[in-house]
Amino acid sequence: MSVSTVQTSILDRSKPPELTAPVRRNRTRYALTVLAFLLPSAIPLTLFVLGPMVAAAWVSLQKWNLISPMQFVGLGNYEKLLTDPVTADVFLHTVYYIAGYLPLVYFGGLALALALNTALKGRSFLRGVYFLPVVTSWIVVALVWRWLLNPSNGIVNTVLAFFGIDGPGWWSDPAWAMPSIIIASAWKDLGFVMVILLAGLQAINPDMYDAAKVDGAGWWRRLISVTLPLLSPSTFFVLVISLINGFQVFDQVYAMTAGGPNGASTVVVQQIYDLTFRYGAAGEASALSWILFIVILAITLIQVRGQRRWVNYG
Amino acid sequence: MNRKLLASVGMLGIAALALTGCATPAADSGPVTITYTNFISNDGNEENLQTIVDAFEEENPDITVEVTTLPYADYGTALQTDLAAGTVSDVFDIEYSNYAAYQANGVLAPLEVANVDAYRQSLIEAYSTDGTSYALPSSFSDVVLYYNADLFDAAGLDYPTNDWTWEDEKAAAEAITDQAAGVWGDHQPISFYEYYKVLAQNGGQFLNDDKTAVAFNTPEGLEAAEWLVNKSGTVMPTIEQGQGTPDFDTNLFKDGKLGMLHTGIWVFGAVADVPFNWDIAVEPGNTDQASAVFSNAVGVSATSEHIDAATKWAEFLTSSDTMVQARLDSGWELPPISDEAQLATYLDKGAPANRQAVFDSLDGIALPPVVAEGQTEMQDIIGEELVEAQAGRKTVQEALDSAEERINAVIGG
Repeated sequence: MSVSTVQTSILDRSKPPELTAPVRRNRTRYALTVLAFLLPSAIPLTLFVLGPMVAAAWVSLQKWNLISPMQFVGLGNYEKLLTDPVTADVFLHTVYYIAGYLPLVYFGGLALALALNTALKGRSFLRGVYFLPVVTSWIVVALVWRWLLNPSNGIVNTVLAFFGIDGPGWWSDPAWAMPSIIIASAWKDLGFVMVILLAGLQAINPDMYDAAKVDGAGWWRRLISVTLPLLSPSTFFVLVISLINGFQVFDQVYAMTAGGPNGASTVVVQQIYDLTFRYGAAGEASALSWILFIVILAITLIQVRGQRRWVNYG
Repeated sequence: MNRKLLASVGMLGIAALALTGCATPAADSGPVTITYTNFISNDGNEENLQTIVDAFEEENPDITVEVTTLPYADYGTALQTDLAAGTVSDVFDIEYSNYAAYQANGVLAPLEVANVDAYRQSLIEAYSTDGTSYALPSSFSDVVLYYNADLFDAAGLDYPTNDWTWEDEKAAAEAITDQAAGVWGDHQPISFYEYYKVLAQNGGQFLNDDKTAVAFNTPEGLEAAEWLVNKSGTVMPTIEQGQGTPDFDTNLFKDGKLGMLHTGIWVFGAVADVPFNWDIAVEPGNTDQASAVFSNAVGVSATSEHIDAATKWAEFLTSSDTMVQARLDSGWELPPISDEAQLATYLDKGAPANRQAVFDSLDGIALPPVVAEGQTEMQDIIGEELVEAQAGRKTVQEALDSAEERINAVIGG
C-alpha cells in the first residue's frame, strides 16, 4: 500500500531533471523542510539509539569490567565469542524460542482474529480482554506464570494431576524451561497479533467473499484462497516484528528463569546482560550485541526481499 | 537490548547533570550533603539506619546524609552501573567477596580512620591493603543451625549441641522427617556458599594454594557434595517441592514443619514470634568445625567531592555507640566492634536463648574462596552443577568433574 506508492514515486524519478539554480534552491528548501519534520524523531533516535550503538561498537573493541579503565583488544572479543561454544548455545536457545513462539502466537492470533471478526456477541469486550496482557508489565506476567507453572503447587500441575497426568517440572527442569517461557510469551502477545490481523481482515473487501461464494467456495476454501492471500501484508508485518522481538527476547527469560536451570534457557540478550553485569565483561557483551544486530539485520533483509514472492498488496 | 542502550544514555545524561552540579566548588566549611547507598538496611532495618543517620546529623549539623536503599539482589548491578557512569554515591556498601576487586580497580578512597582500635581487629584487617584501610566493616554475622525444639521433643531427640557432627544431624533429620505430614528434618541450600563451607567442615579446600585451579574434586570434596545433595528428597524438600525459592526455608521453619534450618543470624527477627520453642547451635562439622562468617563494609568513593565528610559518616556508621545500640537492640547483624563488654549485652536480648553459639561459631570459620577474575562465574558454575546432581540429571561425581573443568577454564589464567 504505502510502500508501493513510495516505490512508484521513486521509479518516476528515474530520470532526474536538470538542475538549474532555482531548482537547486527549491531542493535545499525541500530537504530542510523534510529535516524539520524528521527532527522530533531524529533527535531521540540519535541520542538513544544511534549514539549508544556507536558507543557499543567502541566498547566492543575493549576489555572493560565497567570499573577499571578500558583496555584496547581489537577484535579479540569477537574472536573469543565466535570460538566459544556458549555463543552457539545462546543463539540456538533463541532460535528454539522463536520456533516455538512464532507458530503459537501467529496461528493463535489468527484464530482469535477470525473468531472476533464475526458478529459474535460481546466481541468488543473480548477484544479488550485479549489485548489486556499486551499492555501488562512483563514482570507481572512472568511472576504470575511462574506461579501457574509452579511444579509443586501451581494451578497447571494441579489441574493436570486431577486428570491423572504427572505434570512436568516446568521452569525447574532444563527440558521444560524454554517451553514454559514460550507459553507465557505466546499468551501475552496473542492480543497484539490478533489486533494487527483483525485490522487486516477488516480491510478485505466483502465483495471478494461474495464472489467466492457465488463460485461455490466453502468456508475453508475462502480462508485459504481469499482471506490468507489478502491478509499477507499483515502476516508479513507480524512475522518481521515477531522475529525482531524474538531475537531480542529478555524480560520474560530474566524474570522466569534468569537463563536457568544450568543455562538451559539462556538466550542471547540474557547472555549480554550476564556478561555485563554479572561477569564484568562489558566489552564482550557489546561485541555480542553487535553480532546480534547483524544477525537480525540479515534476517530482516532476507524477509524484505522474500516478501515479493508471497506478499500480496492487492 | 534497547533497555541497555537506554540505560547507558541515561547514565550519560545523569553524568552530564552531575558535572554541571559540580560547577560550584565544594567549600571546606559550610553545609555539605553526602550520599549513601546501601543494601544493609533493606527489608526491615530502614528505621534502625535512620536512627544512626539522625544521631550523626545531630552531632554534625553541617553534614546531611542522603540515604538510598536498594534490595540486595539489585545492589551489585546498580553499584557497577553507577561506577561505570561516574555517578556513584560518596559512601556505599560493599561485601568482603568484592572488596579485593574494587580496591584493585582504584574505586575506593584510602581512609584515615580516627579510631582504628574501636574495630574487631580481624575485621578491619580484612578491608585493608598494605596497611591502609580502604573500607570499614559495618557488621558481621554468621550461619548457625536453627532447630525447632518442639519437633525434637515430639521425636524424643536430644537438642543439638556445639559438639554435634554430620552423623548426629543426619540421624535427627531422619527421625523428624515425616513426608506424609509435610514435616521435614533439615534444610540446607545447595549452593556455592554452603559447599565451600561443608568442604572445610570435611577438611577439604576449594582452591589450590596459588588459586589457579580448583582443589575440591577429591574424596573429601565428593563426600561434602554428597552430604548436601543427598539431603534433597530424603530429609529436605526437592526443587519441585519448592526448595531453593526465596524464603522457602524460613517459611517452612516458621510454619513449624522443619526440624533444622541452616541459615544466618539475620533471620532472628523474622522467626522471633513463632508459636513454638526454638533455639540455635553451632553448625555441625564432620572432621572439622567450620562456620561461614559474612561481613559487610562501607567504602568511600575515590571520586567523592567530600571525602572528609564521607569518611566521618562511614566511621560513625560503623563504630558509634548509636550504631552498636541500634544493632544489638534489633538483632540486626552484629556490630564490628572490639569492645567485648558491649557485645556481651547481646547475649541477653531474648530468643534465641543460646546466643553464645553466635560467638562460639567464630572459633572455627570458613572464608569464601576469592579469585581475582571470574568470581561470579566460579560461584555460578559450582551452584549449577550441584543443582544438576540434586535434580538427578548427573551423579555427584559427574557434577564435580564438570565443575572442575569449567571453573578451571575460567580462573586458570
